[in-house]
Amino acid sequence: MTRAGGWLLVMAALTLPLWIQSPYHLHVAIMAGIFGVLAMSLNLLLGYTGQLSLGHAAFFGIGAYTSALLTLKLEWSFWPALAAAVALAGAAGFFIGRLALKLRGAYFVLVTISFAGVISLVSINWIELTNGPLGLPGVPAPELGPWSLRTKTAYYYLVLAAVVLSYLVCRRLVRSRFGRALVALRENEPLAESVGVDVTRYLVLAAVVSAAMAGLGGSLYAHYTRFVSPEVFLFTYTVTMVIMVVAGGKGTLAGPLVGAVLFTVLPEALRAAASWQWQMLAYGVLLILLVFFLPRGIVPRLIAAFPPRR
Amino acid sequence: MLAVRDLAVRFGGVTALERVSFDVRPGSITSVIGPNGAGKTTAFNAITGYLRPSGGRITYDRLPLTGLRPSAIARRGIVRTFQKTSVFPALSVEDNVLTGLHLRGTAGFLGILAGRRRLVAEELALAVEAASIIDFVGLMHRRREIAGALPYGEQRLVELAVALAARPRLLLLDEPGAGMTGAEKMVVSGLIRRVREQGVTILLVEHDMRMVMGISDTVIVLNGGRVIAEGAPEAIQAHPEVIRAYLGGSAGSA
Repeated sequence: MTRAGGWLLVMAALTLPLWIQSPYHLHVAIMAGIFGVLAMSLNLLLGYTGQLSLGHAAFFGIGAYTSALLTLKLEWSFWPALAAAVALAGAAGFFIGRLALKLRGAYFVLVTISFAGVISLVSINWIELTNGPLGLPGVPAPELGPWSLRTKTAYYYLVLAAVVLSYLVCRRLVRSRFGRALVALRENEPLAESVGVDVTRYLVLAAVVSAAMAGLGGSLYAHYTRFVSPEVFLFTYTVTMVIMVVAGGKGTLAGPLVGAVLFTVLPEALRAAASWQWQMLAYGVLLILLVFFLPRGIVPRLIAAFPPRR
Repeated sequence: MLAVRDLAVRFGGVTALERVSFDVRPGSITSVIGPNGAGKTTAFNAITGYLRPSGGRITYDRLPLTGLRPSAIARRGIVRTFQKTSVFPALSVEDNVLTGLHLRGTAGFLGILAGRRRLVAEELALAVEAASIIDFVGLMHRRREIAGALPYGEQRLVELAVALAARPRLLLLDEPGAGMTGAEKMVVSGLIRRVREQGVTILLVEHDMRMVMGISDTVIVLNGGRVIAEGAPEAIQAHPEVIRAYLGGSAGSA
């Protein structure tokens, strides 16, 4: 993507609430932003280290519950609760990273799925803490100094700030020796070790950053919908993130964002265009076409078509 | 100096190496030869930490290597290449070598997140160093190309460049000439000599006898998991047990 194009996108994102009036459209934009953070988080693992986390909803859910419980039960304000959500999800990422230290491929996938399963069961059964399947209603809206971020426009900007922050974190990491070490793990692990890359250390670090970022998305989700239930751990969330990363282009910086916008807007557009029987069918057909014609994702295809000047 | 003492490696009931001992003198080019299955690559894997020996000691400058991870051994200055071509296939030649320069970078995780200004300077210095290594192996015209798409011989040169980027003091080359044309082998032999001139000790496994005898100071002959001979190339060529190993007992495999 050229520099001018990038700035154009930033301007469009900044002025979006001026362009769209309907609260429903703004809601779609907010969800696209939250999923953008989640997709970028998954991309760090799936796209760069090549390890598929199929339990990513667990980190998202841990972030959501941490933030909701701290603000509801301990009456923390939003910002420290957000920080705690990021930290706790990151700690969970560290745990999973250590656990999966020597596991790759299918075994890594299994560990992450099991972890998500366990966390989900805890949220359903630890009723004194989580209120079980009934969930936690009335999560407060965030405040910034004297202002409440209750309106959709204000929340849109909060989410946009999180997207930008996550993007910058990813960009800095990826374009450094840290990022090269992650890619080396994906490309050829024995060779990476032979030149001194301590592969497991980098995998653990990547898992921590990825999980922390998913926790950020979870906290933003909790304070937006104002309600958290065990549904945040649904496998569907993980699958949606995977689809966004793969369709957008795994291992690219912009790919997950493109995927997040596309696959948040698409189901909503289909809802407006077709009756419900056809929605899922059309969604499925589109997905198959994408995988068929753009197997490496949208962004790599664009880069191949318009190679960047160096 | 690398010292291997009584190295033994057993896979289940199969003995791959049995009490193998040898030294690699600093600044030398030492070759390990032997029929297929003699245990050459197994010895490499044991020295560089890719497999844990069943017995024996391996020390480098008197410090033990046994039990260290490959990355920790690389940090001690011992870097290897692989028998099968081994590059980072989806990356450009330049990015391959930059990855090989991992240990030369100093940027820490938090420093990277904070976006310290000195990181920009470090990245530039690494890029310059990568370019000089690529130039050394003669792949400047390929630097922006994807390594996995290069012809076989050039991929082996990329592999050598990646290993050199890790600044080895001891470089282990596993069949650097395998599958190459005669002309390419000449180029590789020349490169190996020039690397040694820079003070890097070289240990290599190779099947091409002309290459081995042409560049080695010392030749170690393995057969059936044991060292059967060790000495200068001329002495090895005349050694009766070596001749028997290659022509007698296992004819056709050499």
